[in-house]
Amino acid sequence: MIYREAGQFKTSYAADQAIFPIRLDRIGIAVCLAIAYLAVPAVANDYWLLSILVPFLVFSLAAIGLNILTGYAGQLSLGTGGFMACGAFAAYKLATSFPDLHIIIVFLLSGGVAAAVGVLFGLPSLRIKGFYLAVATLAAQFFLIWMFNKFGWFNNYSPSGVISAPPMHLYGDVYLTGPQSAPVNKYLFLLTFVALMALLAKNLTRCKIGRSWMAIRDMDIAAEIIGIKPLVAKLSAFAVSSFFIGVAGAMWAFVYTGSVEALAFDINRSFQVLFMIIIGGLGSILGSFLGAGFIVLLPIFLNNVPGLIGWHIPVDMIAHLEFMIFGALIIFFLIVEPHGLARLWTLAKEKLRLWPFPY
Amino acid sequence: MNLKKMLLSAVAAAVVATPLLAMPAAAQNEQFMPLLVYRTGPYAPSGIPLANGFVDYFELLNARDGGINGVKITWEECETNYNNDRGVECYERLKKQGPTGATAFNPYATGITYALIERATADKIPVFSMGYGRADATIGSVFPYVFTAPATYWAGADAIVQHIQKQEKGSLKGKKIALVYHDSAYGKEPIATLEALAKQEGYQLNLFPVAHPGLEQKATWLQIGRQLRPDWVIMWGWGVMNSTAIKEASAVGFPMNKFVGIWWSGSEADVRPAGAAAKGYMSASFTGVGAGAKVHSDIRDMVFAKGKGMGKDTFGEALYNRGIVNAAIMIEAVRTAQGKFGNKPLTGEQVQWGFENLNLTQEVIDKLGLTGLMSPIKLSCNDHEGGGSIVIQQWDGKQWNFISDFIKPRREMLTKMYEASAMQYAKEKGITPRDCSKM
Repeated sequence: MIYREAGQFKTSYAADQAIFPIRLDRIGIAVCLAIAYLAVPAVANDYWLLSILVPFLVFSLAAIGLNILTGYAGQLSLGTGGFMACGAFAAYKLATSFPDLHIIIVFLLSGGVAAAVGVLFGLPSLRIKGFYLAVATLAAQFFLIWMFNKFGWFNNYSPSGVISAPPMHLYGDVYLTGPQSAPVNKYLFLLTFVALMALLAKNLTRCKIGRSWMAIRDMDIAAEIIGIKPLVAKLSAFAVSSFFIGVAGAMWAFVYTGSVEALAFDINRSFQVLFMIIIGGLGSILGSFLGAGFIVLLPIFLNNVPGLIGWHIPVDMIAHLEFMIFGALIIFFLIVEPHGLARLWTLAKEKLRLWPFPY
Repeated sequence: MNLKKMLLSAVAAAVVATPLLAMPAAAQNEQFMPLLVYRTGPYAPSGIPLANGFVDYFELLNARDGGINGVKITWEECETNYNNDRGVECYERLKKQGPTGATAFNPYATGITYALIERATADKIPVFSMGYGRADATIGSVFPYVFTAPATYWAGADAIVQHIQKQEKGSLKGKKIALVYHDSAYGKEPIATLEALAKQEGYQLNLFPVAHPGLEQKATWLQIGRQLRPDWVIMWGWGVMNSTAIKEASAVGFPMNKFVGIWWSGSEADVRPAGAAAKGYMSASFTGVGAGAKVHSDIRDMVFAKGKGMGKDTFGEALYNRGIVNAAIMIEAVRTAQGKFGNKPLTGEQVQWGFENLNLTQEVIDKLGLTGLMSPIKLSCNDHEGGGSIVIQQWDGKQWNFISDFIKPRREMLTKMYEASAMQYAKEKGITPRDCSKM
């Protein structure tokens, strides 16, 4: 009744092709952004900002990156952790070698480095696909982590191999890394950056290149016959995806933890991001956010519940319960909707359009 | 559809309810101790006795002395699973609890320590990384809020080399020493020290990184046992890596009495799974063994007898004792700070002063009932290590026994290394070191 497009006339092609063609959606997204920009910084404390929202945003970005590769272009990748490490270590090398470089430029350049590495490791995708490609990207994962661990040059010969972000500012004394950085600045910066990157990703997937990715995903031979070059499509998917993931890795190291060792980007990190897009929804930008929320926030929430309702049970019991409930929820969601949380949202919207007179 | 509604409402309830999480517990005369523990996950066998030691010591103080000079001790555990992300989350969750916020953090993971150094310094809460974390954080002028007492990994490496040197009748010239290490920030810490000592003492150092988690060491030990045949093996292992290494070493016939681990490779959980093969294996330590100290009988009488405490199963284990010593040092830092700021709950900033002015002499240690569990330490503004000593212990198949005196690491050389490394950190981070001569 409320949620429908009837009566909303489009008078231009641009309006017809908008990301959110229904007015209510546009209002919804505006409200979401307003909450994120105005209400959250006003209400949330440091705990919320630093240990919940910041990692959520970073993981959302990584999930968008992997979703471009796996969800849109259909190339299964287990190298996410390695590409994140690429971004993190590139950002560290850039920031320490050129201290005057602006933090945004550092992030973008480190994304570029990750993209180059991604293209390199994407080359096997021209010959192999499916599970075999997953194994090839697994090689990238192990090789990259080994490389960052092995060669001291990457961490400026630190005795422990840990890289640590130098203090960097956005402008004036608004610091994003280092001890002077305020959590709210980190949050707002990440929010803006991730929102813009998400918009970029959404538009990329709607334009010619995105269509070529989806064509490759759906049937590569047919795509080739209608004139899509697999080489360009696949490698561009690897490049764009690795760019996003690399930037996420740089943000992880710089804005979230502040210092990081290569082992923080091990195979578990790759699985974590892969599970995010599987649960959130393959081939959906919204799904990347939902999946990141599910995987990052739910365990923390479950861990906090007993304290919240005044149960005094030992922490090891809480940890075990957390694993059990979390696992059960994953299975539950995948049974209810194998296409992910984003699909549930789409279905809800379709039902809402017919409400209250479903046929 | 109903299920979906239920889920939606559950999620909505979650969103509404979560801000309550950060509500501090209302309390007056209490000193809050945040405890980052890992009672689950791959490192739980090490994490459980450590965590129990803390809790039992706090219970004892509350039962016997009514807290610290009348200020009751409260604590909350947060499960980190030895995972850096979770560690940071726990830190943020606990740092503002209690009437005056967290006293000091004991991350018990090198990775978490690294992640907390900057945050805790900004929040003015001490990080007490007892025998782990950044060795160069000993330099208090650069790391005002990080404490490494009683010994760092670098000091541990030096003490082990000293012990080996003694066994080799004073000269290491031409000897071959292999380092088997966990390929992570933790395992890499001793390399620089061992390399510097190799130059000085003339031994040959061979490095054998073991990939996390360390269950696969066959190739490593074949190379050590059949090819290289070193005179000594030093190990920087953690968790399952330790017992695997001991098993593999015995499989290639490497003698256990030439095999020394660091203090995180020297708990009951490390040697027991290897069974008889572990007999004769040695490790460094800075805390005592057994359950014979006065603090143990006090815990038995005043905590366990009342049905409280958690450490009955791990009583007197190496890591349980380490938990007690760690808790005791933290409490004494609070007590020292109370001498200046009054007998009331103290903030992290005040406790930092307490740490820097901590002087645990042998008399104080005896008075606390910790005789034999630790060596004296004295911290200062620039020296956050406090000059602790290290001892070598050997596993006889049933228990750990001390086989050396307390070894003093050669701190003149180490301090130079700490300083060089700390200054590089300061430069990278744009920190101007405090002037400790004016404190």
